[in-house]
Amino acid sequence: MTTTEFTNSDPFSGSYDTTDGTVYNLGGGDWDSIAAAPEGENERIVVNMGPQHPSTHGVLRMILELEGETVVQARCGIGFLHTGIEKNMEFRTWVQGVTYVTRMDYLAPMFNETAYCLSVERLLGIEDQIPERANVIRVMMMELNRVSSHLVALATGGMELGALTAMIFGFRERELVLDIFEMVSGLRMNSAYIRPGGVAQDLPSGAEEKIRETVVLLRKRLKDTSDLLVDNTIWMGRTVGVGYLDLTGCMALGITGPILRSTGLPHDLRKSAPYCGYENYEFNVPTQKTSDAYGRFLIRIAEMHESLNIVDQCLDRLVPGPIMIADKKIAWPSQLSVGSDGQGNSPEHIQEIMSESMEALIHHFKLVTEGFSVPAGQAYVPIESPRGELGAHVVSTGGTRPYRVHFRDPSFNNLQAVSAMSEGSMIADVIAAVASIDPVMGGVDR
Amino acid sequence: MSEFPVVPDGLAAIDLVGVRKGAFGSQGSGDTSGFGGLVAPIVMPGASIPPFGGWCDEVAEELALSLVDAGVSGAVEKIVIDRGEMTFYIAPENLIAFMTECRDEPALRFEMCTSVSGVHFPQDTNRELHIVYALLSITHNRRIRVEVSIPDSDRHLPSLVALYPSVDWHERETWDFFGIIFDGHPALTRIQMPDDWVGHPQRKDYPLGGIPVEYKGASIPAPDHRRSYN
Repeated sequence: MTTTEFTNSDPFSGSYDTTDGTVYNLGGGDWDSIAAAPEGENERIVVNMGPQHPSTHGVLRMILELEGETVVQARCGIGFLHTGIEKNMEFRTWVQGVTYVTRMDYLAPMFNETAYCLSVERLLGIEDQIPERANVIRVMMMELNRVSSHLVALATGGMELGALTAMIFGFRERELVLDIFEMVSGLRMNSAYIRPGGVAQDLPSGAEEKIRETVVLLRKRLKDTSDLLVDNTIWMGRTVGVGYLDLTGCMALGITGPILRSTGLPHDLRKSAPYCGYENYEFNVPTQKTSDAYGRFLIRIAEMHESLNIVDQCLDRLVPGPIMIADKKIAWPSQLSVGSDGQGNSPEHIQEIMSESMEALIHHFKLVTEGFSVPAGQAYVPIESPRGELGAHVVSTGGTRPYRVHFRDPSFNNLQAVSAMSEGSMIADVIAAVASIDPVMGGVDR
Repeated sequence: MSEFPVVPDGLAAIDLVGVRKGAFGSQGSGDTSGFGGLVAPIVMPGASIPPFGGWCDEVAEELALSLVDAGVSGAVEKIVIDRGEMTFYIAPENLIAFMTECRDEPALRFEMCTSVSGVHFPQDTNRELHIVYALLSITHNRRIRVEVSIPDSDRHLPSLVALYPSVDWHERETWDFFGIIFDGHPALTRIQMPDDWVGHPQRKDYPLGGIPVEYKGASIPAPDHRRSYN
């Protein structure tokens, strides 16, 4: 069978004439056998990268117009992971919403939950009633989550540029953090641990020691990763000067997070608009002035060390106390524990509501099935997620369900920078540029 | 909204978003408690009266001055300070002028438009669709919210892409979810839903969908058909 016959039998290949010249559709095979070498210098190829390309952090489709190996135009196609989370939340109670938002940016579930809960708490007017211990646990979980998220950014970014050891290292270290999440919340990811009013349950016994040990181990392992990459000639060759976006570009495109800080602007919401008591912790905001992928990589490395320092301070600040707001009209009524058949209500709580107090049973039933009402209004509390400003615009009309929840996800906004970062560069640098944005498509598409 | 007798005449300006009936919010089942006849309006936080406190006064004054210079002195319909957040309600025709002042006036300097979001209030006659912009000034470390209402029958709003390029995708998403047409947007196409999708899913008249779940002979209705306490 000759190649020509093969091409003709493939409905997705072949050529047709347009006003702009002949357009060739390729479904594989050898270019030379499908079309003669185009004449002139205006050879322009449109390449679909994705949506299932392993380099694209999920299902991102990039439409690249190439002249030779130079990218003339880069456009993103998104929406492949859209699951209607925001619409679904309008039909669930305020507490159930946590279970949905945690699945948005699946590498930073603690941040999604916190952003949502802070907005709900502002609507309820209970921001200053959150117990100290709950705030410390929230900060600790978020900072551990920042480490695990940055580790994935390094791991997948390394993999995309061919640094497979970095990938193995990153995912291995991330597993240490996920072990802590599993121990504390029962789930590695999508934990729905942070709830309006506090957190779902207290740290189990032994958790503090485990976190302490893990922080020590992570510091040692992080040094290995940075030793591997920071002065690595190949790594620098692939990232220095790549994905350039200066401060003006960041401002115009609404870019936040490590990309903005790689231009030298130390904008960090933990410092400029502290929440969850971040004003009580000592940490630095790492910046670089290179505005490129290498600078963002260095910032992520430095931020992980800062996060581990914050986790240390959290462990020192942890004092016994309540982990849920005292207001019984809001606090989730059950006390969770792990039984023989998995996690569920503790035997003491079941004993109380089933055989001791009728009122406790009614209260439990009302709060779990109906939920609490939230006064009418709207709120937006932004937090600094690993990728930038994350916030939930939450609108209530006084009911037991959100009227509208809109997530301002940093990945969604930052992905707009792909065109500015990669047009005019080589096609191989598109990969490095997208990796330095660190988009998570679960958050982009929601 | 005048069909609701619960709002006194003198308070026509309040932002009514619903009416709560009964003591327990449940509908469709017999409320034998004797409180089923209760009727209470649900209102959004109303307009604030200066002084607002903090930096809000400065922003409001600077904006008032620069809007006079720009020739749109009546652009601000009302200012709401609620839960520490400042919201400007703007008429759609003044949106561009207002946002230009917010961005360019040195004393305001809202460099970033971080987010665009829509809210659909089907009962808010001739103001059914609300579009909410979130502005951030890194220079002054301030945040304001700008809200615009447009009628569902004429779903047009000027695009802000020329002013804030960051709203490109956000406006596409708002078009996709609410059907709001941003005039002047360079490529107002669907972004989250498939290109050939019909309808705008975040609107309140768009059903959630879903089918009843049957298990051991019992049937659990889809989430949007379950009992609601709202």
